[in-house]
Amino acid sequence: MALLLKGGRVVDPANGRDGVFDVLIDEGRIARVGAGLPVNGAKVVDIPGGCVVTPGLIDMHVHLREPGQEHKETVATGTAAAVAGGFTAVACMPNTSPVNDNAGVTEYILKKAAEANLARVYPIGAVSRGQMGEQLAEIAELRQAGCVAITDDGKPVATALLMRRALEYAGMFGMPVIEHCEDPTLKGDGVAHEGFEASALGLRGIPGAAEAITALRDLAVAELTGGHVHIAHMSARQTLDAVRWGKSRGARITCEVAPHHFVLTDGMLRAPVAFDTNVKMNPPLREAADRDAMLAGIADGSVDVIATDHAPHHYDEKKVEFDRAPFGITGLETAVSLCFDRLVHAGVITLPRMIELLSLNPARILGVAGGSLAEGAPADVSILAPDLQVTVAAAQMRSKSKNTPFDGWTLRGGVAATMVGGRMVYVNDAFANTLG
Amino acid sequence: MKKDLLSIADLTRDEIHLVLDTAEAMREIGQRPIKKVPTLRGKTVVNLFYEPSTRTRTSFEIAEKRLSADTLNIAVAASSVLKGETLVDTAMNLEAMSPDVIVLRHASSGAGHLLSRICKSRIVNAGDGMHEHPTQALLDAFTIREHKGRIDGLKVVIVGDLLHSRVLRSNVLLLTALGAQVWMCGPATLMPIGFERLGVKMSTSIDTALRDADVVMVLRIQHERMHGAFFPSLREYFTVFGVTPQRVANAKPDVMIMHPGPINRGVEIASEVADGPYSVILEQVANGVAVRMAVLYLLAGGVEGD
Repeated sequence: MALLLKGGRVVDPANGRDGVFDVLIDEGRIARVGAGLPVNGAKVVDIPGGCVVTPGLIDMHVHLREPGQEHKETVATGTAAAVAGGFTAVACMPNTSPVNDNAGVTEYILKKAAEANLARVYPIGAVSRGQMGEQLAEIAELRQAGCVAITDDGKPVATALLMRRALEYAGMFGMPVIEHCEDPTLKGDGVAHEGFEASALGLRGIPGAAEAITALRDLAVAELTGGHVHIAHMSARQTLDAVRWGKSRGARITCEVAPHHFVLTDGMLRAPVAFDTNVKMNPPLREAADRDAMLAGIADGSVDVIATDHAPHHYDEKKVEFDRAPFGITGLETAVSLCFDRLVHAGVITLPRMIELLSLNPARILGVAGGSLAEGAPADVSILAPDLQVTVAAAQMRSKSKNTPFDGWTLRGGVAATMVGGRMVYVNDAFANTLG
Repeated sequence: MKKDLLSIADLTRDEIHLVLDTAEAMREIGQRPIKKVPTLRGKTVVNLFYEPSTRTRTSFEIAEKRLSADTLNIAVAASSVLKGETLVDTAMNLEAMSPDVIVLRHASSGAGHLLSRICKSRIVNAGDGMHEHPTQALLDAFTIREHKGRIDGLKVVIVGDLLHSRVLRSNVLLLTALGAQVWMCGPATLMPIGFERLGVKMSTSIDTALRDADVVMVLRIQHERMHGAFFPSLREYFTVFGVTPQRVANAKPDVMIMHPGPINRGVEIASEVADGPYSVILEQVANGVAVRMAVLYLLAGGVEGD
């Protein structure tokens, strides 16, 4: 039966829409968007006052941990977290066990995603076999199996030569190479941003330059090959400058920033909880100047995408000494609230720009459907509640892991409901009466 | 005082003075024929050491015994950490036996903070990674105060492997809190970032640093924490940064030479200096017992329910 989403503010930057419209959904696709659409027997869903209808949000950087690390997360729990966080699709990183470097692993992930039947899952394949940085993975077969990009995320593409080959080869299939920027020698065994905080706490540092060096190398290789490099989880102000410079030269370079890098700083190493392993991630929380640079880059358009780098870890793994804990925090269920509270309500960007960063741009970079409420597009829709007061409760999260530094935070803005292919896959309890 | 002593930052200025004053009284106990008081009778202190240590562990143990505490030493070999139980599990098992104090030495910065969050026992940090070693800084301050009568206004130069030193971090906090003019001196490769912010002067010239110094605190070159080449050779290090009699001649005539030990003779300090008339290195060791008695007494010696 057709569904009519009635009377909400529709924000759809792909089609230049921002106003009160109805959205008619039929057979899992957007049938029409317009003001005062006739009901014509469709089931009417009245959009609650203050809510916003947007194209489904896409998180292009998550770790679903399956296969191999199911104690941290599975495709089912990760996609449950995704839809609860307003995401209708996620792109998952290949550093699983075994690595997603062949069609068999890709197919396995897609099978698990179909069984879970929540968010869409776009696997990202490895650049190199086993992510060992030597031989190219079977990229054409990965593409054919459903991979949308390649990366050796968790570590950088090992050499400039491998990056060159990856860009040339993946370019044949229109796939970007997503780069985890990090010079391994400068990173060393660092565990936190190299700055005053880590220095005073006796933690080994990872300088911002470790990230920028790889970004600058990749920029040169992108120009050499004409290939598309996407910089993952950018954190350092020097990297942002490199990206801006590359863009000004016309290189095919795009970048993403994770919410924790535009919200938090390395001051979190000391307080409120000293040596809290839930503020340990890679790249690390950097200093205020870097955090402010990320906000500026988001505001001025230098940043293309907000992606969470959702990195679930079991609490046993995090309940250890700081230097022994794994890097990473969860992000799927806090991203929208952080974007509303710290970007839109703080006046950094407008809501349409937020939707570009969270939906339109990731869809374009990955070349996947979505990011738009155009007629005929899959009916992947996020219904957001910009003024909902949200108190983050790690224990209540759908993700199998609870490693978030935002537990207990109160934020303005959240998710009312999430719809994938015209089917309501998540409704926030606060909206159970109206959208449920 | 706070429940735990993890960092010098846990102590107010007044509490630092309280520890030092209490240590004066404790030192007297060590000079008696019967070196024991019943202050901590019935209290249990666990010395949980994840790093080899002779000086610090012995010093704590003697301090505990002189206060009549029941002491237990647990030395966990670094090699067994990976296959063994986690620090948290070990601590929770100890905790189940209701010790009053856990003295922790560990290779990870912040290990004591982790225990502090899960243990009711009081945690005394006996050195955590490159972070802090608060009782060492307290005994250093005690030794300086004893010789100079004050700390305020003194020029204290800390020279050596600054980057990897927990002794440095605790001493910077303590000495600046008590009004000393602290200088840090060492090769640029071993200079921690941003300490100017704490009101410290930083120099890579040992001659500049030592000029008119009241106190020279020499830090050990820590081969075991050095992942990577920070300087070309130990020989060259000594040539450029070694504390030699010639260099010490630039300091004040009544300069004190300190070292937290163990010393590398001919690397960071010349034997003539270490064994020379201005050296208080062995006094530091003696004072360590009194200062640790003071800390244990102030943390665990209170009335029940205090």
